[in-house]
Amino acid sequence: MNDPLSPSPVVELDGISRAFGGRAVLDGITLQVGRGELFGLLGPSGSGKTTLIKLITGIDRADRGVVRLLGERMPRLSMLQRFGYMAQSDALYAELTAKENLMFFGALYGLGGVRREERIRSAMAVVDLLEHLNKPVSAYSGGMKRRLSLAIALLHEPELLILDEPTVGIDPVLRQSIWRELLALRDRGTTLILTTHVMDEADRCDRVGLIRDGRLTAVGSPADLKARTGTATIEDAFIAIGGGARV
Amino acid sequence: MRIRALTIRIIRQFVRDKRTLALLFLAPLLVLTLMYFVFNGREIKPDLGIAGVPPAMEERIAQSGARVVRYDDADQANRALEGGDLDATLTLDNGRPALRLEGSDPSMSKAVLLLLRQAMQQDAPGVQLQISYLYGKADLTSFDSFGPVLIGFFSFFFVFLLAGVAFLRERTTGTLERLLATPIRRSEVVAGYLTGFGLFTLFQAALIAGYAIGVLGMYMDGSVWLVLLLNLLLTLTALTLGTLLSSFAGSEFQIIQFIPLVIVPQVFFSGLFNLEAMNPWLQKLSYLMPLYYGADAMRAVMIRGEGLSAIQLDVYVLLAFSVAFALLNVLALKKQRPI
Repeated sequence: MNDPLSPSPVVELDGISRAFGGRAVLDGITLQVGRGELFGLLGPSGSGKTTLIKLITGIDRADRGVVRLLGERMPRLSMLQRFGYMAQSDALYAELTAKENLMFFGALYGLGGVRREERIRSAMAVVDLLEHLNKPVSAYSGGMKRRLSLAIALLHEPELLILDEPTVGIDPVLRQSIWRELLALRDRGTTLILTTHVMDEADRCDRVGLIRDGRLTAVGSPADLKARTGTATIEDAFIAIGGGARV
Repeated sequence: MRIRALTIRIIRQFVRDKRTLALLFLAPLLVLTLMYFVFNGREIKPDLGIAGVPPAMEERIAQSGARVVRYDDADQANRALEGGDLDATLTLDNGRPALRLEGSDPSMSKAVLLLLRQAMQQDAPGVQLQISYLYGKADLTSFDSFGPVLIGFFSFFFVFLLAGVAFLRERTTGTLERLLATPIRRSEVVAGYLTGFGLFTLFQAALIAGYAIGVLGMYMDGSVWLVLLLNLLLTLTALTLGTLLSSFAGSEFQIIQFIPLVIVPQVFFSGLFNLEAMNPWLQKLSYLMPLYYGADAMRAVMIRGEGLSAIQLDVYVLLAFSVAFALLNVLALKKQRPI
């Protein structure tokens, strides 16, 4: 695992806050994610995970504080080329085939010609969907759509992957296979930031950040967090740090 | 029990959706008000140019409700008619009264004919009136007259709905957010939509115009290419307006709510109804309506057979509407992504 305070963190958040209509969704978040890390943002729904993801990607702008991605201050249009993104909902065009979806997004990232064909086949092979390449997305199952979304995120070989709830609504077997792919990507040097509210997934991350009510309550490796709170599972650690159960 | 629960839920939903509520109650009032002004205004006063007509007859015509303008000779009067200043001219041709009608609005032609027949019955019964038309012909039907407006209206209406709903779905299904997580510029999103839909609207414009002229036999005196150009410009305006307004709608239903607010008023001001009976300051509202310019130009081309120079202003205004709506759309996308 990399030292999170290494000279060039991939993501650097410094005291960021975001409010919607007077209600604070994120409050003073400071965090660094190092190169090659698999970082998990853990928190119940409504805790601000997705808002944080949107600030990191530059889809949204923080009211206060500084967001830096790969050293550049966000939001910045050219930086949108530098990461792969998988949204919480499967943002796919159901009328089109998987290949047409991939071609569309590939073109948006500036891929064309033979290179695009190559990347489509390679990304679909990673998520094991190659034989369903020419099926319309409307005929895909929920799990297949999730994997196709991941393939789109991988398409332009980004050095950073930002995944919002990549395994939500997916059966355990498929979840295992997606996690195998994520860990393999990490081993090949890709930095990954993902959100989850599944506690056992947090155990597989290099480090996790616990979010509750828009505040980052703790950051550390799963083992570290368990040791600090004297608990046996991440779930217990989360409850201990958060100061009581709340769903 | 279940019905009661359902009823309460629906009432709650309605009360929370203030816009739907406002539409339900205020939109009918708006439409009714417009209809009131259109149908219940002052009576139509035709502008009649006369030359060489006996003073007694002139006076009787003026008394029966026309605005009479006297010219020195018939040529001068007819030039004013061609210039659009008059609705008809009455001159003496070899001692016989000759009526020349502007002709592009059948209801105005009928009003002039009725008025003159009444005036002449008392003055010179038995004298046959010679009637000719500047544009169109005697059997120009209301459909021929409304046709160009209807062509423009239907292109406008359906493209507006289609573009609005399509852009909205892009947002509600999450694909817009996904799209904006790629390095695409906001202006590229708008331009992409314009081009993609523009191709379909071009096809639609050709289809509607072709059907109306070829199949329905609508009166057509001008260039087909100008009709297509105007239709395309109108649909581009509808396209940009539809996508712009969809930014302010949360569901397909809310897109539909824009119809009585955006589409219906345009119908009243588009020339389907004669606005001369309307309050003059209300008539000025038509300058804000894209459909007014489109319909005006379509009529000029289809009924009066006029060329590009006559409809230049309409073309520029429609282009300006499209550009303005498209730019506002790029701005409105800031709501989705600040850069």
